[in-house]
Amino acid sequence: MSPRVMKTLDGNEATASVAHRLSEVIAIYPITPSSNMGEWADEWSSQGKVNIWKTIPSVIEMQSEGGAAGAVHGALQAGSLTTTFTASQGLLLMIPNMYKIAGELTPFCMHVSARTLATHALSIFGDHSDVMSCRMTGFAMLSSDSVQQAHDFAAIAHAATLRARVPFLHFFDGFRTSHEVAKIEILNDEDLRQMVPDELVATFRKSALTPDHPMIRGTAQNPDTFFQAREACTPYYAAAPALVQQEMDRFAKLTGRQYRLYEYFGHPEAERVIVAMGSGCDVTHEYVEHALQQGEKVGVLKVRLYRPFAIPEFVRALPASVKKLAVLDRCKEPGAPADPMHLDVLAALRQGREEGHTTLDPVVVGGRYGLSSKEFTPAMVKAVYDNLAQDRPKNHFTVGIVDDISHSSLTYDPAFDVEPKDVTRALFYGLGADGTVGANKNSIKIIAEETPNYGQGYFVYDSKKSGAITISHLRFGPRPIRSAYLVTKANFIACHQTSFLDKYEMLETAVPGATFLLNTPYGPDAVWDTLPVEVQSAIVEKQLKFYVIDAYEVAKNTGMGVRINTIMQTCFFAISGVLPREEAIEQIKKAIKKTYGKKGDAIVQKNFVAVDETLAHLHEVKVPAAVSATRKRPPMVADEAPDFVKRVTAVMMEGKGDLLPVSAFPVDGTWPVGTTKWEKRNIALEIPEWDAGICIQCNKCAMACPHAAIRAKVYDPAELAGAPGTFKAVDYKGPEYKGQKYTIQVAPEDCTGCSLCVAICPAKDKSNPKHKAIDMVPQAPLREPEAANYKFFLDLPEADRTTVKLDVKGSQFLEPLFEYSGACSGCGETPYLKLLTQLFGDRTLIANATGCSSIYGGNLPTTPYTVNKDGRGPAWANSLFEDNAEFGLGLRLSVDKHQEFALELLHRLAPSLGDDLVSGLATADQATEAGIKTQRERVAALRQKLAGLADPEARILNDLADYLVDKSVWVVGGDGWAYDIGYGGLDHVLASGRNVNVLVLDTEVYSNTGGQASKSTPMGAGAKFAMAGKTLPKKDLGMIAMTYGGIYVAKVAFGSRDAQTVKAFLEAESYPGPSLIIAYSHCIAHGYDLALGAEQQKLAVDSGHWPLFRFDPRRTEKGENPLQLDSGTPKVSLGQYVRNETRYRMIEQAHPEAFKQLLETSQHEITSRYSVYEQLAKLTMPGK
Amino acid sequence: MDLSTTYLGLKLAHPLMAGASPLVDDLGMVKRLEDAGASAIVMHSLFEEQITREQEGTILDMELHAESNAEALSYFPTPDEFRLGPEKYLEQIMRLKAAVSVPVIASLNGTTPAGWLHHGKLMEQAGADALELNTYYLATDPAETAAAVEKRTLDIVRAVKSEVKIPVAVKLSPFFSSLAHFAVELEAAGADGLVLFNRFFQPDIDVEALEATPSLQLSSSADLLLRLRWLAILHGHVKGGLAVTGGVHTGLDALKAVMAGASAVQMVSALLLHGPERLAQTRAELTEWLEEHEYDSLQQALGSMSLQKCPNPQAFTRANYMRILNGWKP
Repeated sequence: MSPRVMKTLDGNEATASVAHRLSEVIAIYPITPSSNMGEWADEWSSQGKVNIWKTIPSVIEMQSEGGAAGAVHGALQAGSLTTTFTASQGLLLMIPNMYKIAGELTPFCMHVSARTLATHALSIFGDHSDVMSCRMTGFAMLSSDSVQQAHDFAAIAHAATLRARVPFLHFFDGFRTSHEVAKIEILNDEDLRQMVPDELVATFRKSALTPDHPMIRGTAQNPDTFFQAREACTPYYAAAPALVQQEMDRFAKLTGRQYRLYEYFGHPEAERVIVAMGSGCDVTHEYVEHALQQGEKVGVLKVRLYRPFAIPEFVRALPASVKKLAVLDRCKEPGAPADPMHLDVLAALRQGREEGHTTLDPVVVGGRYGLSSKEFTPAMVKAVYDNLAQDRPKNHFTVGIVDDISHSSLTYDPAFDVEPKDVTRALFYGLGADGTVGANKNSIKIIAEETPNYGQGYFVYDSKKSGAITISHLRFGPRPIRSAYLVTKANFIACHQTSFLDKYEMLETAVPGATFLLNTPYGPDAVWDTLPVEVQSAIVEKQLKFYVIDAYEVAKNTGMGVRINTIMQTCFFAISGVLPREEAIEQIKKAIKKTYGKKGDAIVQKNFVAVDETLAHLHEVKVPAAVSATRKRPPMVADEAPDFVKRVTAVMMEGKGDLLPVSAFPVDGTWPVGTTKWEKRNIALEIPEWDAGICIQCNKCAMACPHAAIRAKVYDPAELAGAPGTFKAVDYKGPEYKGQKYTIQVAPEDCTGCSLCVAICPAKDKSNPKHKAIDMVPQAPLREPEAANYKFFLDLPEADRTTVKLDVKGSQFLEPLFEYSGACSGCGETPYLKLLTQLFGDRTLIANATGCSSIYGGNLPTTPYTVNKDGRGPAWANSLFEDNAEFGLGLRLSVDKHQEFALELLHRLAPSLGDDLVSGLATADQATEAGIKTQRERVAALRQKLAGLADPEARILNDLADYLVDKSVWVVGGDGWAYDIGYGGLDHVLASGRNVNVLVLDTEVYSNTGGQASKSTPMGAGAKFAMAGKTLPKKDLGMIAMTYGGIYVAKVAFGSRDAQTVKAFLEAESYPGPSLIIAYSHCIAHGYDLALGAEQQKLAVDSGHWPLFRFDPRRTEKGENPLQLDSGTPKVSLGQYVRNETRYRMIEQAHPEAFKQLLETSQHEITSRYSVYEQLAKLTMPGK
Repeated sequence: MDLSTTYLGLKLAHPLMAGASPLVDDLGMVKRLEDAGASAIVMHSLFEEQITREQEGTILDMELHAESNAEALSYFPTPDEFRLGPEKYLEQIMRLKAAVSVPVIASLNGTTPAGWLHHGKLMEQAGADALELNTYYLATDPAETAAAVEKRTLDIVRAVKSEVKIPVAVKLSPFFSSLAHFAVELEAAGADGLVLFNRFFQPDIDVEALEATPSLQLSSSADLLLRLRWLAILHGHVKGGLAVTGGVHTGLDALKAVMAGASAVQMVSALLLHGPERLAQTRAELTEWLEEHEYDSLQQALGSMSLQKCPNPQAFTRANYMRILNGWKP
């Protein structure tokens, strides 16, 4: 047998590597944190990697997890070894099929990176709430603690299911295990063949559905037989645990790693024992090792096989000495007598005694930990054991939080730690864009694969998509690392961005004598005076070794741009001493060659130069004996921020949300809006500066800004009283606001520096056309004056909504009620949302499908939807991914019902209210802003009258009166939702005839989960699951919707024709039935500098890829053709458009001939489609 | 009529060849060029910085947003094989070599010695019969001297010549202060031939948008005159072959070029305008003229109108300028 190799990889890759080799069919749907497993499988199959039977597994991406489960079920029925990967809501969508698969006793193994289920909020992080929801399906459930186990258990589960006929759900902790990078031993194909011999597969295949030996499954049974037939499977569940143990034993013989269904570790005469499952077992194990040295009689029972729950094996695994048990659940079942595993253990002990497997009768308490990847540390484990040591241990406790409401929480000492002293622990604070995480993954590989050391890497990411911070937690040591928690005591801390020092207390975790590396423009002699008091104090008090480098300067001089990863990595190796310097540099270069070698020699050379240049620019700082700074770290939020923001939001912004107690939070997930405005992120290196003299006052910059960080106002000159000295204002140029002043103002601390506004600005200096009415200039010198100007600007009166002309220019005088979101710099989606809120925001309800728009729209700590001075603004909610159209329809139904009821009440109370008011309210024309304003005034008058009425119905009407003002309901989501997972619901809602407006932010790919192909992905574009370029054309959602006849449909691209975009929004909203706007949204997943987004949108339209049109059913009634084409015959070739984007270029580079074919076919398809549109737009329609 | 000629040591049936252009991207078109009688095929240039930028751009586009967000560690699939280098070009050399029997001349435009060497060698390995080094370079930096510009080019030629065994021609621009001297230096550095001249890409100005707009005009016979002058000047001073590119549209144009000193005549615009068959027509016209005028062979005409042999050499020099100026009456 070929020797096994050691590799560093994450839990997802470790699992997928086994699953891919043991499967023939893989049907998946991307969902965090499991997506990578499917992506690996697809990548390997695309590369021609075979399974252990030397055939390439078929991988298919489905439209939803429900779809994936259906495909899996079918593939199994037809006799293929099949697998899937999923998590969270995705797993819930598979449940119906899971019952079927288990009911049919089908050998099948699925892999789940266990993730939190959305309740009061969505969370992408890890706990067991999803897998626990599958307890009743009849699936066996096998849990892994670590990356190595995820790899091993994948093999054991695939083997066991074939022997037991019970399907398996193999799971491990989302993120903590799925995304942890660790050094593990890789099973080779021979190992897998030993585990899954051919005869097992042959037996499975015999049950395949085939017309050559037909049988029937999926019958309907009746009261006479269903019950007995359901009981027939029982022996298989009784036999399963022994079969799993048998596979574990077989595995042990092969690899030397012996696993047990329930594995005890600890003192042989332990009195206090913790029962746990998942990565928490490793943490508990680490504590127990420490406690044993202290002579404590403690132990941990690790649950591997959770279902079937094997009572005899479980109770026998407990030491006979046990007096008290604490069962830890990583999920919450509100209202249950206890959380799931706690109940199982209670039942197991009781039954175990009754059936004679044990005589043990310990005290059993249960507790919750680690929800949504909440940290679970040895300190918390200690708290659990300490609790057990009490005479009456707290039951139904929580650990890791402060529960000051129900007082469930155990107190623990955060300073307590048991980390082995010979483990190097390093923390790196980087920016997403600077490549820190990638470099650290490389460093772990270098150390773990080139030395006998073990390595562990875990990466914490920001919830923002622009200017995002990443924190890398690395450990290196001589033994496998069980510390499945963040580094809290670091001997090396690197800060890759100077500005972070003012935001995060990163030196809090430094141990005395640790090394601190700072990337700063200041040299070793100048840097000290730039540090705030807190940083200086930590350096002095902890006697840190302090190094500086100007990595950006080195990067600039070596052609690395903003990528300082290689430079900072070199610094780490140079000063951390984990490897001899020369050897480290050689290894870094080797890693560079490995990473970039196949992508291009030029890159390799540049990186080499950067490595060589680094050491000359790395300096140790002579640390003064005392703190000299007077400048303190600035407060997180401005003093005028609301109390809640200061108490709660600011703490979260600082990265200290873990410290907030239960009482700090709303009980139902309801949060105040408009909080991004308090988070002055200052992430732009350059911001736009306005030259009023050149400006033609078109407001296109404001229209294009993804972050509402450049705005326009027109106002009375008298308002300028008290303006800051540098505030700019000019006379308004047009006739509509004659005599008024005009200002374009940038929000310097909120701008992300994308420069879309500058790219779109049409006004050039006639003598120096390089200079436009707005240019990008360095932010730092403008930060303070422009912040003051912006504050003044915000206080200027808003435009009168009743008189603003609703075109591109006018719309930008309306206040945006969506601002400073965490979307990517240059995002192509958010300009549409901002426009939506400008036009209708004060009367809009938004149903938002899960995806990018729900993340930048609703990810804490701060959210971008806000209110106007009257306190009105968009009411926003995210239900799920798949149900968004229906959710939005529900909002509409409710709003309509309220209005209908209010009108009924109005008429019933008419005698008391007066006919004028009632008929005014009931027949109001609310088609215009003026009409809405008048109606709001009528509602105010109504309220006054109602206050004087004693009739109980007057109270009800008072509550509903606001609904007499029309509400605008918007259903917002991406193409993954609209074209794929939510399409069925969307279709139904569009066909419902109800007045909902659907906005599809079409990036032509799953953006949020990282670039998987959707049915909107165009032909020839590369995406995950379309690695060789999509071979089928993009689904024409607009055309499909038009076939109903009664749906308003528009296709828009603001970068091509913003006027058409504004028109479409207004028409869609005014149309009294369903409307659908499909909005071209450029995206980082297209692969080019998004500053050119508008330019690319133009090409998309001009090439015919994205024809602009509006289909308005109201025109039919007038005998006009409902379809108006708003873009002309394609005038540039498709190639001119697509070759600007990496998603296409990468396909051309890899498969030039195939791409040529795809491009030709696609060009033909686009030309034909345009022709169809053109002909449809020319049809004459019979009038009514 | 014997039209045979020798260029870069390659024995060619006649001097008319397809010059560097997008025509050679398409295999079908290349076949048509061979059918039309092209004596050699010059490929369009592989631009070194295009490769470098493509590498850097693709990697930056793919990596800039990677590893920044918990939900998406990347936004693009990772193909097993990246073809961001010269692979496509090299494969095209191989395809052309397999498809046609006439010599294939690969063309390289680079900015660094490393790039030249590396890619030149790869082109030789891919089967190119000769290399054409395109020194398309705009000296826009006021700090850079003419001597430095020339030195860099000479260094590159020396470096490439030391690495490859196939003949190397240098395609020049007309903008050198002492072209005759530079030509001799190039030959001394190892150049086996010179190609006159590169046609610079000359951006136009959009006065409405206040933007420079890329434009590339096809040549006309008028463009030939500059080349005739320099062919005439250089012929006899350099031992290697001279090729003309830019402005040959007819048999008569080709004849003039040969008379001025060109051993090879590259055609591009005429072929783009009229199709590959234009080459056959030009050859026929050339033959017809030579026959009508009772030449024995084309070699008889080669360089006959060069500065050294022309009966009125002042026409190529300053005197002509004076005469024409003086002859101009408003």
